[in-house]
Amino acid sequence: MHELSIAYSVVEIATESAKAAGATRVREVHVRLGALSGIVRGALEFSYEIACAGTMLEGSSLVVRELPVVVYCAACDREVELPSVQYFCCPVCDTPSGDLRQGRELDVEAIEVDLPGDEHGNAGIGDSQGNTEQE
Amino acid sequence: METRVLEIRKGILNKNDEIARRLRERLHTFGLLTINLVSSPGSGKTAFLQRTLRMLREQGNAAAALVGDLATDNDARRLAETGVPVKQINTDGRCHLEAQMISDHLADWDLGSFEYLFIENVGNLVCPSSYDLGEDVRVVLLSVTEGEDKPLKYPNIFNSADIAVITKMDLAEACEFDLEAAQANIRAVRPGMRILTTSAKSGAGMEQWLACLAEEKTARSVVA
Repeated sequence: MHELSIAYSVVEIATESAKAAGATRVREVHVRLGALSGIVRGALEFSYEIACAGTMLEGSSLVVRELPVVVYCAACDREVELPSVQYFCCPVCDTPSGDLRQGRELDVEAIEVDLPGDEHGNAGIGDSQGNTEQE
Repeated sequence: METRVLEIRKGILNKNDEIARRLRERLHTFGLLTINLVSSPGSGKTAFLQRTLRMLREQGNAAAALVGDLATDNDARRLAETGVPVKQINTDGRCHLEAQMISDHLADWDLGSFEYLFIENVGNLVCPSSYDLGEDVRVVLLSVTEGEDKPLKYPNIFNSADIAVITKMDLAEACEFDLEAAQANIRAVRPGMRILTTSAKSGAGMEQWLACLAEEKTARSVVA
């Protein structure tokens, strides 16, 4: 059970980026969770609320995108999604493959924030890391 | 006031991964091979490591060990009986070791005098899988008393490991341990994984384990 420390890291990452962009509040945090990330979704969601208390993320929601394991199957010469993390064999031809292409993801994809607008009603945009923004 | 979506794309464990990456580079400059031992509590990590350290010492190979536990220094004391430098890392209740803890505990050691550095992780088959400690080789231990289906119950840690070691083989018969089933389950979650069978008590399989370490050291060109 290390979801609480993971949740604190999520809050730290989101806070840094939000502050760098001049945001006043974080409304949503989007994270990607690979099936082999070792993180239990429910435990992370539970811990998230605790970690957000008293920060600019308080009251925000955590949006989790779960990613299945994808391996490269040499026999089929393509990437295939595994229906189970208990069986690393191609679901099409049953060839074993440990050539992992997706499944260990554990990252913050994006955050939704409140930005104070300037006198022309434009938001103060851009973060210090040079990341692009999306509407 | 305007609501915006900021793209971040940042690994949640980036900090640990970065510390681990730098640590690994540093350890390589000393020609060290670093081994992270992970398993559930009671699978025989300490006994296995004790025998390993003793045998390495007899062979004239210099090793050191860090041992992580939530509390007590019992394991460090057991390992220190081998005459090898050992340090205990108490995690104060935390369920895993992190790269920074390793880095901190290496501070006053002359790393150039060792060939192998062992890290005995906290007994836990879940959390340690997420934390890179700067190791070269992650070894997952499975004792015959635990049941053959453990790899299926904890696929993450078995999948993240490089070598699997089945321990307490001296008890295999008494436990009616099905070695073939265990091997099949390990390979179901990690195709092609190297699997060794050992007994720290009788010494069976320990020579092969040491040979395997020497091979890893050569393969990774981690030669002092």
